[in-house]
Amino acid sequence: MRIENVTKRFGDFVAVNDVSLNVSRGEIFCLLGGSGSGKTTLLRMLAGFETPTSGKIYIDGQDMSEIAPYDRPVNMMFQSYALFPHMTVEKNVAFGLEQEHLGRDEIRRRVGEILDIVKMGQFLTRKPHQLSGGQRQRVALARALVKRPKLLLLDEPLAALDRKLREHTQFELINIQEQLGVTFIVVTHDQEEAMTLSSRMGVMDHGQIVQVGTPTDIYEFPATRFVADFIGSVNMFEGKLIEDEPDYVRIRCEELGAVVYVNHGISSAPDATVWVAVRPEKINLTREPPPVASGVHQPDGAGENVVRGVVKEIAYMGDMSIYLVKTESGRTIRVTIPNVARHADDRITWDETVYVSWHAASPVVLTR
Amino acid sequence: MGIPTLWLIVLFLIPFVIVFKISFSEVRLAMPPYAPLFEWLNGKLVAVKLNFGNYSFLFTDALYVSSYLYSLKVAAVSTVLCLLLGYPMAYAIARSGPTSRNVLLMLIVLPFWTSFLLRVYAWIGLLKSNGVINNVLMSIGVIHEPITMLQTDFSVYIGIVYSYLPFMILPLYSNLEKHDLTLIEAAADLGARPFTIFRRITLPQSMPGIIAGSLLVFIPAVGEYVIPSLLGRTDQLMIGRVLSDEFFENRDWPVASSVAILMLALLVVPIMLFQHFEKRTLEARK
Repeated sequence: MRIENVTKRFGDFVAVNDVSLNVSRGEIFCLLGGSGSGKTTLLRMLAGFETPTSGKIYIDGQDMSEIAPYDRPVNMMFQSYALFPHMTVEKNVAFGLEQEHLGRDEIRRRVGEILDIVKMGQFLTRKPHQLSGGQRQRVALARALVKRPKLLLLDEPLAALDRKLREHTQFELINIQEQLGVTFIVVTHDQEEAMTLSSRMGVMDHGQIVQVGTPTDIYEFPATRFVADFIGSVNMFEGKLIEDEPDYVRIRCEELGAVVYVNHGISSAPDATVWVAVRPEKINLTREPPPVASGVHQPDGAGENVVRGVVKEIAYMGDMSIYLVKTESGRTIRVTIPNVARHADDRITWDETVYVSWHAASPVVLTR
Repeated sequence: MGIPTLWLIVLFLIPFVIVFKISFSEVRLAMPPYAPLFEWLNGKLVAVKLNFGNYSFLFTDALYVSSYLYSLKVAAVSTVLCLLLGYPMAYAIARSGPTSRNVLLMLIVLPFWTSFLLRVYAWIGLLKSNGVINNVLMSIGVIHEPITMLQTDFSVYIGIVYSYLPFMILPLYSNLEKHDLTLIEAAADLGARPFTIFRRITLPQSMPGIIAGSLLVFIPAVGEYVIPSLLGRTDQLMIGRVLSDEFFENRDWPVASSVAILMLALLVVPIMLFQHFEKRTLEARK
């Protein structure tokens, strides 16, 4: 599947802005973005419900511009599932095959097959309103897959399910996809969903794809502040580049009252304004100044990659705790610490003075 | 017992019982023009005079049977015509933008602002031999002799379809407007062409609207009195006309009442059908 410079305008509003994208056969590709980022519009153009204002979409090398939705080798699973309420499960799934004028036995066989794959084989005669949310989701998936599309589009496939069911279904989706080898394009606003499902993902913002990569790439090496902030949580500090060497950089962050030392080079003009992004789980919290990890620590504990502050909030999440630490410069830093021990009487608590530090390899330096 | 029950008792059940009672009495020249069913003497019931002759009379005189059949035919044809005209209109309104939708709905309801009788009279002016339509057609040379349109089946259909069309459009609209448009996209996505989508998705889902609209047209059309009287044939009466003639011309209230009761009995069938479908849609929505 190839998208070339696709733009879609609704009046003055540019919903999708010059997007180019390649998705290979057998991939699960997630388009992740907030509401209004253009991800759904892009998906609807793939399905043929919207025509691009400019640009082209190819599926298997074939230009889709002139091809109506009902002739495309593409099927879609709708966010609302869009099951036909007046038809049974069997009729719903058979609908697509009936349009291909297949024989009765062939249709029955393929419907049975796909419903077995999604484990809905015993619900043939039910109507959609007699099914639970999770069951409807499976029927919708079966209905979209039964036509053996080259490309399956999934619009927020798990959004309507509760949390436990969602986690379970995620892995089932991956299994089914591997079993059938169909290319999946998933649109979601849920980053967790995108991370677990996708082999690659694209982050969308304001109609543009900001970054494409594997979930690890996107999380650990975000390309822009938007991506870093959108995926997971992050502490972002604005700073000035004061030393720019091929194998390390130093950045002075006024709002942190500290210098950040990063053990890899970046490409940017000296004295440029850059942003340092550190994930909360990559930060340590200690009562004593940490041993020198990098650079030089001042006697009062201030120095590179370490900041002194006071614990203001603790949120206990079970598997981990979130600490909000207020630095002397007034910034709040978010730190997550896994709760390894069950009885931790000496756990850092409210209003304690602590040292916040991180390894020189942890921060990501962003220039946009 | 709520207000609806009270409403039904006062406005439907009591009048029905009265008419039902009259339908079994004997006609007489008096005030009221029928004999009482129960004869009382010193506070004791001494005799019940039940007369089934009114009903059997209806089946012996060909006038009544043919009027019933004609009424059913006219109502059925008008209902189908209303459906064929009203469905596309309701569909177009339901799919138009919010502003134009309100304007269009307004236009559907607008004729109700003038008297029903006046509007039917206006059709006489349009349809009669030296009326507007004939005059226009003759002056532009399409026809040379005026076409007889008034007092034909044609004029009755025109009158009924014209008057009852809103009752078809409004329930259809309120059904079509609620349709989930993603179902149509889903059907297209699964390879269905527009006509198939209409036949297999839109039409089945609009059945409740079609049934509601059809009954709202069919039931009053069967008993329609004004339109056939003003526009209709003189050689073939509709049952509403027969009913009023029996009451007001012949002053035979018992026969008139039995005509009314029988008409009601005929209409119970479609009403039961309606109830059945309503129940099914309610269940489907659960």
